Amino acid sequence: MFKYFEPNKIFSITSRAPKYVLLLFIIILSIGLTEALILSPEDYKQSHSVRIMYVHVPAAWICLGTFSVITFLSLVGYTFKIRNFFLISKSLAPSGFVFSVIALVTGSIWGKPTWGTWWAWDARITSMLILALFYIIYLIAWRIYDNDDKAFKVTSIITILGIINVPIIKYSVDWWNTLHQPASINILSKSSIHISMLYPLLIMTAAFALFSLLIFLMKYNTELIKIKNKGLDRL
Amino acid sequence: MIDKILIMNGYGLYVWSAFLFTLISFSLLYVVTKIQHNKEKNKFIAKFGTLSSERAAFAKSQSINKEILSNTSNI
Repeated sequence: MFKYFEPNKIFSITSRAPKYVLLLFIIILSIGLTEALILSPEDYKQSHSVRIMYVHVPAAWICLGTFSVITFLSLVGYTFKIRNFFLISKSLAPSGFVFSVIALVTGSIWGKPTWGTWWAWDARITSMLILALFYIIYLIAWRIYDNDDKAFKVTSIITILGIINVPIIKYSVDWWNTLHQPASINILSKSSIHISMLYPLLIMTAAFALFSLLIFLMKYNTELIKIKNKGLDRL
Repeated sequence: MIDKILIMNGYGLYVWSAFLFTLISFSLLYVVTKIQHNKEKNKFIAKFGTLSSERAAFAKSQSINKEILSNTSNI
């Protein structure tokens, strides 16, 4: 089993997988868009504006999940000196950042017809903006530090500081009075969202997760080739 | 039917702009990542071409290098 973790095996998988992931992503996204834009019902209060949820919520979920994974990998990687974990974290960050921007922008577009404003310094929105800033700082840190050890240390510190914000985002709607409604989907208790809206939401989440995987695979491949380029310089 | 989907009770502009923004962001990220990938790969191939036959043979003995050269990644 461990032979699959050898760099050439990993590269072999990551260089062939993207085309299949891309195909699957297009299929799932097409189904998701049909469900989200045409088949799913309108909300009795928000009417058709509720459809924005199908891009806003998956984007927010994935950017939060990605940051948590980046933090976990950075911590384990730094503690046990596993270089590959940093490579994975670095490759996950660009899609995480783009998803945080999508969550902010689509949330702003949704806010106008629902709350009558594009932006409010509400706890959930502000903490999401802070997460996007952490993504930016994380990505800039990788560009600034050429020295790998320094980059590992600095990016690990950034993720540790940033992860404090993740539970704040999650529980901000319970801790403070915000414009956002409390969570409609609960894993442990009964969800308040109707099944006719839950299915499109889950399909769109699967499509977004596949896109995140696609970008990760392409980015990870690029990083491996970059390392090999340095290796050729030393020959 | 088409009008209903496009106008959405007056919310069409908001809904379509949110979906369009998402799809444009996806496309941009995909294209930028693809360009970066191709740039690094072309750099690798160019560097490989400048190696002496002895060094090239040594580099080729590493299976990951062989993979990069053989895989023209049709993503």
